[in-house]
This record gives sequence, structure tokens and C-alpha cells, in this order.
Amino acid sequence: MTATESIYRLGEFHSFDAAGTRFLYLVPSGGIFALDEIAAAMIERLEQGEASRDRLLADLTARGFPSVEASEAIDEMHRTRALSNGEVFLDNAQSPPADFPLQTLVLNLTNQCNLACQYCYEFGDDKVATPEGKPKFMDFETAKGSVDFLLKQSAGRRHVHITFFGGETLMNFPLLKRVVGYATEQALAQQRSIDFSLTTNATLLTPAIIEFLSDNRIGVTVSMDGPKDMQDKLRVFSNGRGSYDLVEPRVRALIQNHRTRPITARVTLTSGVTDVARIFRHLKNDLGFHEVGFALVTTSPDRLYAINERGMDHVLEQFHVLADEYLESALRGEMHGFSNVSDTLAELHQGVSKSHPCGAGLGLVGVGPSGDIAPCHRFVDSDRHAIGHVSTGIDRDRQGDFLRRGNINTKYDCHQCWARPLCAGGCHHEAFVRYGDTGHPNLHYCDWIRDWTDKCLRIYGAIAAQNPEFLDRFTERKS
Amino acid sequence: MKHLRAINKKAHRIDQISESPEKDVVALQGAPPPPKMHVPMGCTFIFTPGWEVDSAGGSAGLCQPVERDIYDCYVDCYWPAQVPDHLNNAPDWAAKCASATKDWRNLDLIFP
Repeated sequence: MTATESIYRLGEFHSFDAAGTRFLYLVPSGGIFALDEIAAAMIERLEQGEASRDRLLADLTARGFPSVEASEAIDEMHRTRALSNGEVFLDNAQSPPADFPLQTLVLNLTNQCNLACQYCYEFGDDKVATPEGKPKFMDFETAKGSVDFLLKQSAGRRHVHITFFGGETLMNFPLLKRVVGYATEQALAQQRSIDFSLTTNATLLTPAIIEFLSDNRIGVTVSMDGPKDMQDKLRVFSNGRGSYDLVEPRVRALIQNHRTRPITARVTLTSGVTDVARIFRHLKNDLGFHEVGFALVTTSPDRLYAINERGMDHVLEQFHVLADEYLESALRGEMHGFSNVSDTLAELHQGVSKSHPCGAGLGLVGVGPSGDIAPCHRFVDSDRHAIGHVSTGIDRDRQGDFLRRGNINTKYDCHQCWARPLCAGGCHHEAFVRYGDTGHPNLHYCDWIRDWTDKCLRIYGAIAAQNPEFLDRFTERKS
Repeated sequence: MKHLRAINKKAHRIDQISESPEKDVVALQGAPPPPKMHVPMGCTFIFTPGWEVDSAGGSAGLCQPVERDIYDCYVDCYWPAQVPDHLNNAPDWAAKCASATKDWRNLDLIFP
């Protein structure tokens, strides 16, 4: 077959317009290209149906483009795989190496909590944990073993990370303090560095704790659902009393006195708590959080607090409102604070093409109070999902099974979707709760993911066209 | 590239790779080798009644001995899953078996 007989058709991509320019998001590579007029016209032409090279050239020259330029554009489009001429591309995601070095350890210092949030994935109706007969609080020996395990399993990385988690993390603050000391010492001895963060419901923060967190540069994420009426809906004590009045002054003190790291709020959206814009404004403007991130509650669909489809649409609408604000800020060179956009932009900027939806079981593992290793903090204390113990290391068979299930190559439903380089089927834990299999694609939010990814692509394109320097802050990979 | 402008980091890498001389490193990156010739024959092309049941619905009065069935599967992939296929992958499978009723012991397993 000679070149002139080649039949050209569109490759796999998602195209979008931003700031008056046509862009392509290539799938599965994740590359983003801006098109000039010829290339954009070529896409339009091929959307009508495939064409031979001669036909394509003729159609493009008929629209006034010089033939040489058109020919060049065809070759460029073909080289990036935006066009194909019948070749089969092997685009299976590469599997990560079996001895993938750890980067992050999530230490569940305790599985106990002083709140009784109804939707909690650790205690709620859809929990996967089987904590019966296991320690409720981690002891120092187990924590030490965990730190040693992290340092051993992360050979080759200069910089590693520990996230403290619970239960309510601060119910075991004495251990947190000791771990910070021990881990810093050990890392230093190996001429490596380690940093820390924690997630808390903020009810137990004291001035002394805040000082410790600030002095040790410990990043803090506060789980909080918004203003009083929303926070008190489900984030309650076991007697049903809301937690807002207790949390609010502590959060203010935290933000005021912890100056070494940005303070983040993490909101769980549920059926009655979908007013994203109001929640954002309260947390960002009234309380002063630097970043606010939102996630939909993980639940089986029949729970009272599950968000139905109309609720999802409502959430998405408000995400769009905040995203537009984000763009305005970005064009002024300011950070807006809506984490859901910045997190997605960071991945789009790298052009990630994921074999797995997240680092669970790869660069990140969770450790429960008993020392059991889980793919991430959401699976901690679940016998069914354990993939080893800090004293004996990772059970490669169980880890392998988890990773094989979660690999995008096995999620056939995803193979036609243009959002798969970013989504890769979505959260393993969410999949397990919904479908009983960590490797099942999260089909209940596909439309949502595509809409949101498209929105973020448009924002990315607009920033790239109008204020490209803003994107420099996403150049460094999150470590 | 002139008509496509790389925007994100991955696009810059694609740009670099596509600018490099063609056919540089091809070992495992290229398209898969063309598939072996496959002769499309078998149960979708021919109809050979009479093997499974006789006119009374039993197997006593089949028009050919049951052993003949094995060749029908073999030669034109009647049941490709059960015996090796003669057309594409195992042309010599029955070479030592002149008469199935006598020499069937010479029919061996196939190890692809």
C-alpha cells in the first residue's frame, strides 16, 4: 500500500475549545495539543467520515489551505496518533513493576472515633472493616515497625511521606508525637527526608497540639462538611448532637496558628449536603481554609444519605460555578482554593495515563492498629483486603491480585472511554462498596467524570492560552 | 511540529519522540506482527448432519461411525475447541493415525 492510498480516520481523542482555540486531549497518552486552523479543519472533515490522503488534501485545499501545509499537517496529526490510517496501536497500559517502591504510608493510629458520622466508611452501614478482636489503638512497637517497613520498602526514594489517619487521629496523639520523632530520626540517619500530614475531625485540637503540628510542618486536612446546618446533619456525636460548635473555634485557632503548611478542608457530599458553592464560601472565606476539596459520599445507592441523580446534577452545576471562578482567579495569577480543579489540572498538566486509578497498593499502603497492611486507609482492618503485615512485609500474591483487578486493562467497560487516562475506572474502595469487587469500574459516575474532565480541560486550555505561567506551579509532581 | 502545538508535559514528550528519526527503536513498540493466515472454514461454511443423533434421536443408527466425527472436527474445525485443527495449527496431528478405529491411540495431545 502506498502512502497516497492510505485511508485516514480519526484517532482516539477528546477535542475541546477554549479561548477560541481547538485542543485535542489524546487518548490514551494524555497529551494535550493546540491545533492550528488546518489541523482543526482536518478534524472537522474527518468527523464526516474517513478519507484517502488525496481526498483529504483536496478537501483541505478547496477550503483555501496550501497543499504543502495540509500535507504536513496530516503527517503531524498522524505522528501523534490523532489520525490513524488503519494501523493497530498496542495501547495496553504498562503494568507497574512488581517491586514498586513505597512513597506514602497511611498510619491508622486508632480505629476509634469520638464522632459517629452516619456515612463513615469505617463504621457506617457499608463498612468493610472487620476490627473484632484487633487492637483499637496502635502501640509504639507496631508504629516503629511501620516506619522501618516504609523506609525499607521505599529504597531509592530520597523523600517519603507518612499520613496519620484514624478513626479520629488525635485520639492517639501521644503516639503521633513519638512516631514523628522516631521517623524523622531514622530518615535523617539514612540521609533521607520524611514529611507528615494528618486528617482529623478537629474536635480534639488544643493550642499545644496546634503548636506541635506547626513546629513539625505537619500538613492538616480537616474533615468538615460546611456551615452549621450542614456539618450538624451527619457529622454528629453518638448522642446525635452536632459537632459544628465544637469544631469551629478550633479550626479558626488552627488556621491562625499553624503557619507552616496550607490547611485543607475535605467535604463529604451527601443527599442533604449538596450546596457546594455555599459550603465552599463558608469554609474558604468565613473560616479561612486555604484549600477546600469535595468528594461524594461512598455508599451503596439505597442509603438515605446517598445522592440521587438529580442531586448529582446539582452538585455538578455548582462545581461548574466554582470552576469558572477558579479560571478567573487563575487568569489573575491567584490560587482559588477549589482543590477539585487544581488536583485535576495537576494531572492534566503532567499528562498522566494511569494503569490504576490511584497509588493504592503501589506507592501507598495503609497500616491498621494491628500492623496489618491494606491497599489504602479505606481498607484498613479488613481481613478480606489485607495484603500483608508490617512485620512480614507485603504479601506479593495478595497485592498482585488486588493490582490485577484494578488495572485498566481488565476494565473492558472503560476501553472506549476518553476519560480513562485520568479516571482508570475510579476508586477501588467505592467499586467494592458498590459492586462487591475492587476491580469493577465505577459505572455509576461515568457521565459525571467525563463532564468534569471536559470542564477541567477547558479551564486548562484557557489558562494555557491566556496565562501559561500559572501552570508552572503544577510542573513539579506531587510527592 | 508546526500545526500542533504541544501544551502539557506529555505532549512535549510525544513531540520529541515524533520528531526523532523514524524507525529508531522499534523492538516491542511497533504494531503486532500480521496474523497468520487463517482459513475460514468450519461449521459456519458447511453443514454435515448426521453425527450427533440418528433419525430416531439416538446414536445407534448414525450414518457414519462416531470415530469419523473426530476427523470432521479435525479437518474442517467442526468443534475447534475439542480437537486440534488441521487447517491452521496442527496439519500433522493425524499423520500416525491411518484408521481412527484402529490407530486412535496414536492421536496425541497438542502442545502449542
